[in-house]
Formats: sequence, structure tokens, C-alpha cells
Amino acid sequence: MSIDWQAFRLTIELAVVVSLILLVAGLPLAYWIAFSRWRWKFFVEALVALPVVLPPTVLGFYLLVALGLRSPLGRWWQSLTGHTLAFTFAGLVIGSILYSLPFAVQPFTASFASVDRKLLAASATLGASPLRTFFRVVIPLSAPGLVTGIALAFAHTMGEFGVVLMIGGNIPGVTRTVSIAIYDQVQASNYAGANAMALLLLIFCFAVLALVYGLNRGALSQKLWTLGSVK
Amino acid sequence: MTPPAESNSANAILTARIRKSFTGAEREFSLDVELSAAPGFTILFGPSGSGKTTLLDSVAGLATPDAGRIAVGERVLFDANTAINRPVAKRAVGYVLQDLALFPHLTVQQNVEYGLVHLPRAERRQRAQAMLQEFRIDHLDQQRPAKISGGERQRVALARSLVTDPCVLLLDEPLAALDVATKSKIIDDLRRWNQVHRIPILYVTHSREEVMALGERVLVIEQGRIVAQGTPHQVLRAPLQETVAQLAGFENIFDAAVYLIHEDRGTMTCRLQGNKPECSVLLETPLIRAELGSRLRVGIRAGDILLAIAKPVGLSARNVIAGKLVSLERRDMMISARVDCGVEMEVHLTLAARDALQLEPGCEVWLVIKTHSCHQMQK
Repeated sequence: MSIDWQAFRLTIELAVVVSLILLVAGLPLAYWIAFSRWRWKFFVEALVALPVVLPPTVLGFYLLVALGLRSPLGRWWQSLTGHTLAFTFAGLVIGSILYSLPFAVQPFTASFASVDRKLLAASATLGASPLRTFFRVVIPLSAPGLVTGIALAFAHTMGEFGVVLMIGGNIPGVTRTVSIAIYDQVQASNYAGANAMALLLLIFCFAVLALVYGLNRGALSQKLWTLGSVK
Repeated sequence: MTPPAESNSANAILTARIRKSFTGAEREFSLDVELSAAPGFTILFGPSGSGKTTLLDSVAGLATPDAGRIAVGERVLFDANTAINRPVAKRAVGYVLQDLALFPHLTVQQNVEYGLVHLPRAERRQRAQAMLQEFRIDHLDQQRPAKISGGERQRVALARSLVTDPCVLLLDEPLAALDVATKSKIIDDLRRWNQVHRIPILYVTHSREEVMALGERVLVIEQGRIVAQGTPHQVLRAPLQETVAQLAGFENIFDAAVYLIHEDRGTMTCRLQGNKPECSVLLETPLIRAELGSRLRVGIRAGDILLAIAKPVGLSARNVIAGKLVSLERRDMMISARVDCGVEMEVHLTLAARDALQLEPGCEVWLVIKTHSCHQMQK
């Protein structure tokens, strides 16, 4: 059978790394968007949403330029590691983070914004610092939104194609993801192989999303509440 | 019972001078008040939108005044002149918000322990338990707020604030939704707690019944200003401001001018401005410090007016006014009659009185009003 398991492993690795980084980096960004009163905040919101509407090739193209040797970032990375960021796993991670950013940050922001402000006020009058309020009140109460955001970012990274093609190329074990492998099979007129991998990816992504939406129907949020109430 | 923490010296007085303006989309509003509250209850009474919540928010630190100073005893919470503005979390001001804001994902016990994070776990537990017992909710400690009754939630919110030993307690209409019996039990428990801790409690309400029931010093706030203060009896019986008067149940409020002053009898005569320029009614009222011709308002409760179908004689009441019955309207078990006697007055009667007197619109009637049923107010 012509399923490229290496590509699958690589794709899942990529999706896990990207989701974890988005969880860590997306929370403060989402918090800022939800609570800041800065008047030009909408520029940042628009910027975060951009990957939703932009063709992946556009994002990929500019990333390729930014990561290449003509940009300061590319040269800095080159001087540090001896090779360029483009066509590496690290480059793929950077591209995927930007590409999946709105899918994590927007659900985060929406769930933060829906936390009753009175609870934040009450927390402050009880002597809690903003950080403690964040971890003890905001996070537990927005758990379903956080889970949704991470799941969407994960699934979205699993299925990305254009950005990977532009900045990753097609190096087995380094940058060849499932979607690239499928594309390869089709190019080689190996429809049976393409079908096997496409079906597998479809089932996997569906399973992840179904799991998340199923758990979010109460059971998981209850559980996270309990977790949140443990000090 | 745990003694108050040393930092929050008992018997400290809350003093606040607050100025704050808003320029909203639909209206401008400015709060400009100066008040002090000794340990015990101080009631803040006024209609919605009068600035009560902004005042509380300023004391708690959730709103920043444009100018002024807020202190509890020697402890300055805010001072515009010296740029002191303690953060909310460092003020030690207990604040029970109108909708209580209990943490829905925490149990009752965890809610009460929330403000004690600086203490070791065992002490936290023990203090929370003591407070839960004091407010008679220790049996609910493992419940979540959604599973308990409104009165119980109220007790949890109080316990959660008080367990942190605040130096002031702010209550923003916390009991508005509760029935009288539940309410008074909670107030009793709060009073008992405060006999030991002796902190100022600012209690906000727009309910006249609540003011009367609490029976403590009341500050009347209206459009961002404190317009009256004293005991509920003083403030609500002899109102100075018209909104207070309406709140205090004056169905009849008239523009009037001082017409005659009878120093010797301790009364004066006021001329009520009628609906038409040529109509006016003279009314004998208690003497207040006012000059001839000065303008004021007179309020009369509809239930304080007697109605007769023949001109009564031999009465002590000084005001007997002829008029014509305009309408009779049944309200529940009572009749509201409107009588035109130059000015239109509302009179409340029983159903039996209407039937016994065979009252109908158009009847000639006499109204009898005692001098001391006429309440003057500033205009």
C-alpha cells in the first residue's frame, strides 16, 4: 500500500507543535484583544483575521521572502544555524503558526469576552491580582472556547497545503506533509494511493473535531471547571 | 469568630469626597458628593441613575474619580491631590454587587476561600468554615451557586466578602430580589457580625420600604448630589426635594407661593397655583422659615385628605375646600378620586365610603385637610 506514514507522522508532529505554541502565544494575544481599550485595536484584529481570507500562496510567498537570505530575519537565522529557515521543519512551524493563528485566537477572544465582567470586578475586590483572576476565573470559564480554538488550529494545520508548498517544498521526513504527499500521488497519476491518504486524513480530522464538539457539550467543560477549581 | 485583622482598625470612619463627570452619548452626568459613614449601616437612597453605583465603584476602586479623596480612618484609598490611587485588590473594601457575581465554577466553600489565598490551606479552610457557620450556610459548602436559593446565594456573597476582613462593606441593592422575611434574617446576621467587627456598611437601595425597615442613617442622592440626610423618619416625613417626595408617596404636589404668615399661630397660608391662571386655592400649612411671596411646593398624601358630601362644621382641620368630583377609579381594594377644587387633588377612599356617600362624577364635595398634612418642599 502506498500510504506515506512518514508524512502522517510529520503532519501530526507539526500540528501538535503548532497547537501548543498557539495555546501559549494565543492566550495573551486573545486576552489583550478581548480586554484592551486601545482605540486602534481593530487593526490588530484585522491583522489576526487576515489568514482566513488570504490565499495561502500569498502568505507563503511573503514568508518565503521573509525567511530567505534577502531578509534580515533569514540572514540572522543563517548566521545562527548555518542554513536558511525556508525548506525546514522550523520554517514550516512558523508558517503554520501564522496561517492557523485566527483559528485559535478568535475562539479564545470570543470566550474571554463572554466572561461576565462583574466576576472580574468581584475577583479584584477580593484581593486577586489580574494574573490570578485570569487563571482562576477567566480560563476556567472559557474552557470550551479554548478547547475549540486549539482543536481548530490543530485540524487546520493538519490540512494546510499552500503555505507548506511555498515555504516547505517537498522533502521527505522534513517538510513533506500529508497534503503534499497526496498532491504528489495525484501528479504521478496514482489515484489509489491519493485516495487512501486523503480518506485517512478526512477521517482523522473528522474524528478530532467530532471528539472536541462532543466533549464540549457539557462533559468536558464541567471537568475543566473542576480542574480550574483545584489550586 | 475571628477577630478583625490588625491592619483594618475597627471603628474607622469612611470619608469620601468624590467628583466625577461622564459625557455619555445620550446625557451628561456628574457625581459630586461628600459623605462620611461611621461604623454601622449608612443607607444610600435614590432613584436609578442617581449615581449610587458610581459612588460605590469609586470607593471600591472600580471607577476613578476626577477629583476628591477617599479614606477609611487614616488609610487613604484615593487622593487626587497626592495622586494616591490604591488598586482595587489592595483596598480591602468588601463589595457585594447587585447580581452577587459568585464564581459559578467554584463551590460555596471555594467561593468563600477565594479571597484568602495568602493564608495556608488549613487556616483558609477553617476561616471559611467559621464564616459559613456564622451565615448559616455551612451545610451548602460543596454546592455550586447555581444549585442554591437566592437567599443562600446572598449569604454566600456576604460571607465571601466579609471573610477577608474588609475595612468597609459596600452593598449594591443586594437584597432587592428577596422577600421581606428572608431579607430581614440576613440583615440580622449581618448586624450581628458587625457588632464585633464595627466597620462602615454602605447600603444602596431605591426601595422606600427597605429604608424604613433598616431604620438607619440615610443619605438621599439625586442626580449625583446628596440632597438630604438624617433618619429615615426625618428624610421621608419632611422631604425637601420633589423626587424624594414622590418616592415618599405624595400623590399631590403643587407649586405654591407664601401668601400670609401667622407667626402667632405657628402656621402660614400658601396659595396653590391652579390649572388656570384665575384659579387658586389657599391652604393653611405649618410655619417654615420663608418670606412672603417666596415660592415653594406643597405635597399632600392622597390618604391624608377627608372627603365630605356636605360642608362639614366644627372641625379642628383648618382647610375645608369645596370642589367637584371629576372621576372615580378603582385600584385594587381602594378608590382613587380626582376632585377639582381649583387645583386637581387625588383622594383615596375605601369602597365602603364610596357606596355610603353614593359618590359619582359631578358630585359637589368638600375636602378636609389638616394643617400638618401639608408638607412643604424646596422648589
